[in-house]
Amino acid sequence: MSALHDLGVREAARRVRHREVSSVELVRAALERIAAAEPQVGAFLTVSEAEALAAAAEIDRQVRAGQDVGVLAGVPVGVKDIICTAGVRTTAGSRILEHFVPSYDATVVSRLRRAGAVVVGKLNCDEFAMGSSTENSALGVTRNPWNGDHVPGGSSGGSAASVSAREVPAALGTDTGGSIRLPAAFCGVVGLKPTYGRVSRFGVIAYASSLDQVGPFARDVGDAALVLEAIAGHDPADSTAAPLAVPSYGDALASGVRGMRLGLPKEYFVEGMQPEVAEAVRAAVTELERLGAVVEPVSLPHTEYAIATYYLIATAEASSNLARYDGVRYGLRVAGGASLGEMYERSRAAGFGAEVKRRIMLGTYALSAGYYDAYYLKAQQVRTLIRRDFEQAFARCDALVTPVAPTTAFRRGEKTDDPLTMYLSDILTISVNLAGLPGLVVPCGFDRAGLPIGLQVIGRPFDEATILRIGAAYEQASDWHRRSPLR
Amino acid sequence: MAITRDEVRRVAALARLRLEPAEEERLTADLDHILEAFERLRALDTSAVPPTAHVEDFSACLRADEVLNPPADEALLANAPARDGRLFRVPKIIE
Repeated sequence: MSALHDLGVREAARRVRHREVSSVELVRAALERIAAAEPQVGAFLTVSEAEALAAAAEIDRQVRAGQDVGVLAGVPVGVKDIICTAGVRTTAGSRILEHFVPSYDATVVSRLRRAGAVVVGKLNCDEFAMGSSTENSALGVTRNPWNGDHVPGGSSGGSAASVSAREVPAALGTDTGGSIRLPAAFCGVVGLKPTYGRVSRFGVIAYASSLDQVGPFARDVGDAALVLEAIAGHDPADSTAAPLAVPSYGDALASGVRGMRLGLPKEYFVEGMQPEVAEAVRAAVTELERLGAVVEPVSLPHTEYAIATYYLIATAEASSNLARYDGVRYGLRVAGGASLGEMYERSRAAGFGAEVKRRIMLGTYALSAGYYDAYYLKAQQVRTLIRRDFEQAFARCDALVTPVAPTTAFRRGEKTDDPLTMYLSDILTISVNLAGLPGLVVPCGFDRAGLPIGLQVIGRPFDEATILRIGAAYEQASDWHRRSPLR
Repeated sequence: MAITRDEVRRVAALARLRLEPAEEERLTADLDHILEAFERLRALDTSAVPPTAHVEDFSACLRADEVLNPPADEALLANAPARDGRLFRVPKIIE
């Protein structure tokens, strides 16, 4: 019999509903696992033990009273620290918000709670979600659970690492350019970036508003589907949350891939790719063919322009979004300036880290008079071309299958000196954000050093059901997702 | 050079960031390197391509303009770096 902290979401919730285990027992097991694993992993910035135990006790009381406590009945979850939690500090991994305590829950958090989940803590991330390794967090170091010398990926590195290390069975992250999918691949877990508009961002600290999306991490596709179902759907508090019905994602998971048309974009097998990554992804594609899918080559010709397009658009939006951190109403204030303007400048200089300043500067420059047409407008036009590439591919295919990154998890410190090299880690994930599409990552192998490799499945807008079905079919035929780091 | 030190100073002022001389130097080099790499976008003819600002094809879903937030002035003011009763304190802005 497996330990309580090893249980997946569906099994844990089933046991709580059937009173085979209490939510308090599950939460205590998670807290013990967190205490044991954190010295090696460092996924959490805040563990909200008292709040979690109180919430679990309330779930148990409702179960005893015979009430329906929801699909995530009593299950412990972690939440990326860029998502607001009422009464529990929310830092965005930044000095400027180190002591910020939200007065309300983000919609995704209130929906998790409504579905019966218990939030046990807040997970580390790159500052304001800007990064690909979680090394840009100002508040903590997160290590890859498979090898502590390597990064967990980013920006949702704490979320991926906590699920990989069996600290929690599921966690929420955000994905603006790959921030769910890259760490999911690097840590060997399932990660889902939903369609832009599928999930509300109300209460999620904004980085790039035309790209940001919230999604789940879990240890198998069925669990990720269940968490997505709990958090998805229209929200009157977010005008970008689509007014579309949320399907029952679990229903179609077992339908298989027979007859499905899968596109294999040739541009995604890039020069300099680690051979084991290409091999593992090709082997996974062969497996999907064996299961009955029809695979055909497709072309996404503007892929090579995606990095430049993304880093102009995302930084422009970030420069505007982060203008709100001025030291007036909340966040760090550095006193001593004689004027209000000086207070802004000193507070922002002291509160933001190097990468955040770099992106604010790049975005401000791209939007400034004389450069707007050459950079920002140009990037928006190329974004249209990138989007059309996908529309053409999806005219023939039900989904696309690709690698997630050119390599497995790189070493800590390996890319911190050269921002552009770090940006290139996102080369296979960012086009999906620019086009607003859903992308699922499932584990599909390991390299010779024992680091995980992921398979990315990209779907049509609002067609999470199809990519989840493909992921579930592959998972059924493989056992990569059952392997665990840290014994 | 895609960007000069003077331009970095001008942009820092627009972004309300006070930069140390070493930061200015590093940012000039970094932004120059990044913008240089982004020059590749110029190779594409986009004269007939409309821009994409966001991908949604339905218009923003607006709700009725009603106050829904519960009063939370104490919770909000608890995060204030400096306050005076129910007010946020800031340095003097008018002489």
